[in-house]
Amino acid sequence: MNYLKHIGKYFIMLRQVFKKPQKWSVFRELLFREIDDLGLKSMGIIMFISFFVGGVVAIQTALNVDSPFIPKYLIGFATKRGIILEFAPTFMSIILAGKVGSYITSSMGTMRVTEQIDALEVMGINSLNYLVLPKILAALFFYPILILLSMFMGIIGGYYAGLLTDLFYSEDYIYGIQLDFDPYYIKYALTKAVVFAFVITTIPAYHGFYVKGGSLEVGRASTKAVVWTSIVIILLNYFLTQMLLG
Amino acid sequence: MIEVKDLYKEFNGSTVLKGISTTFEKGKTNMIIGQSGSGKTVFLKCLLGLHIPEKGIISFDGRIQSELGIKERRQLRQDMGMVFQGGALFDSLTIEENILFPLKMFTDKSKSEMLDRVNAVLNRVKLENVNNKFPAELSGGMQKRVAIARAIVMNPKYLFCDEPNSGLDPRTATVIDNLIQEITDEYQIITIINSHDMNSVMEIGEKIIFLKNGINAWEGTNEEIFETENEAVVEFVYSSNLFKKVREAYLSKTK
Ligand SMILES: Nc1ncnc2c1ncn2[C@@H]1O[C@H](COP(=O)(O)OP(=O)(O)OP(=O)(O)O)[C@@H](O)[C@H]1O
Ligand SMILES: [Mg+2]
Repeated sequence: MNYLKHIGKYFIMLRQVFKKPQKWSVFRELLFREIDDLGLKSMGIIMFISFFVGGVVAIQTALNVDSPFIPKYLIGFATKRGIILEFAPTFMSIILAGKVGSYITSSMGTMRVTEQIDALEVMGINSLNYLVLPKILAALFFYPILILLSMFMGIIGGYYAGLLTDLFYSEDYIYGIQLDFDPYYIKYALTKAVVFAFVITTIPAYHGFYVKGGSLEVGRASTKAVVWTSIVIILLNYFLTQMLLG
Repeated sequence: MIEVKDLYKEFNGSTVLKGISTTFEKGKTNMIIGQSGSGKTVFLKCLLGLHIPEKGIISFDGRIQSELGIKERRQLRQDMGMVFQGGALFDSLTIEENILFPLKMFTDKSKSEMLDRVNAVLNRVKLENVNNKFPAELSGGMQKRVAIARAIVMNPKYLFCDEPNSGLDPRTATVIDNLIQEITDEYQIITIINSHDMNSVMEIGEKIIFLKNGINAWEGTNEEIFETENEAVVEFVYSSNLFKKVREAYLSKTK
């Protein structure tokens, strides 16, 4: 029963968020700030994780197809598939849920408990629209780029794993990743990225905006936001996979 | 004039305000006093429209709050300035950006006109060389002054202050009090201040409202508060020995 109440309140919140910005010049400024905060500042960690996980996926695959009847180029092929279909869009979104989600909840929650949100409202500003819409749009625009970057780095990571371990030849790997390239898979991954971007910004915003109490509650809300964002991503991932590939 | 009629506000079944009726006049510093938890902040937030009262009428020079649409309500809010208990400065913005904020949002002034206005109000609250600092880099008293500057930058008709001098040393507190009173007089606005600092009540309280058990148990001026026989007021205001003595001295002089 309680869950239903939250879900209802979440959608009522969204109705306030999706209003015309009160001043475009201010909105544009905010949008760039959020692209920087939520997008550019996540590039480092995304590249780092993707590179190493890409390497691990390639090594694991190589170790598991150690049979003379399976062609070695399948290692590159499987690594590419895994990274594009699941690892980049889903795994990276969970990482972003932790990084960006906790940032959104704690910054908005702090604004709530220090009455900065009240201050916005008193000035006659629609605080939800002002605070949340730029975040959503920044994420919708920038996350597909982050996910593409993650795919790229993951595949590179696999290549270097081959170079460093002698488990497979680079030529086979490169042949494998070029094999049977289907652009639909990229579209599929980016669709997921867009949906998850929406989840990663709005669920933490909900938790931050409605915080009651003090700094302790802000901390609790951040944890809750990350947990719920991750759960929703995993569930949506299941349904989206069925819908788009099934 | 701000008129409040029969205002009720409750939270989850417990009634905080139980029928408050009063008026606030132009050019006067009005003070709300009362024990911690007596509902001062709730009362102020009802006036600001941040809390929706269960019952009662609040009218601002004839504009009745509950009858306004969303747009008109936002317009009314642009006539209000608020100094929050903790300052509520936007901590991701510099002092200059904080004060620029309402101007950018609601006016079409040029950048240099806006900056002139910012510097004018910073001057008014006697702050210098803080434009590019962040709120966390200022002392509590300076933050309060910035909050006042931000509250008056749009030339409000109504100014609300929630304990503007809590947490400040007596001298700085007096500076802030006098500043608020001067601004009120200068711009002929309606100012409402929440306070439990008896010193500022005596200094600048042109009208004092004492809240107890959800109603305005007493109203009067800062002179009448010396003479009142109202038990609740006497018990609250003269709970400190110092003020007891001040009162005795005052009464013996006037008799
Ligand atoms: N948002 C809220 N939800 C539930 N109860 C609230 C809320 N805000 C205030 N109250 C309750 O209303 C009562 C009055 O609170 P209020 O903050 O107005 O007191 P105050 O007079 O401003 O006290 P102080 O001098 O300590 O600031 C308190 O009992 C408080 O618990
Ligand atoms: Mg209070």
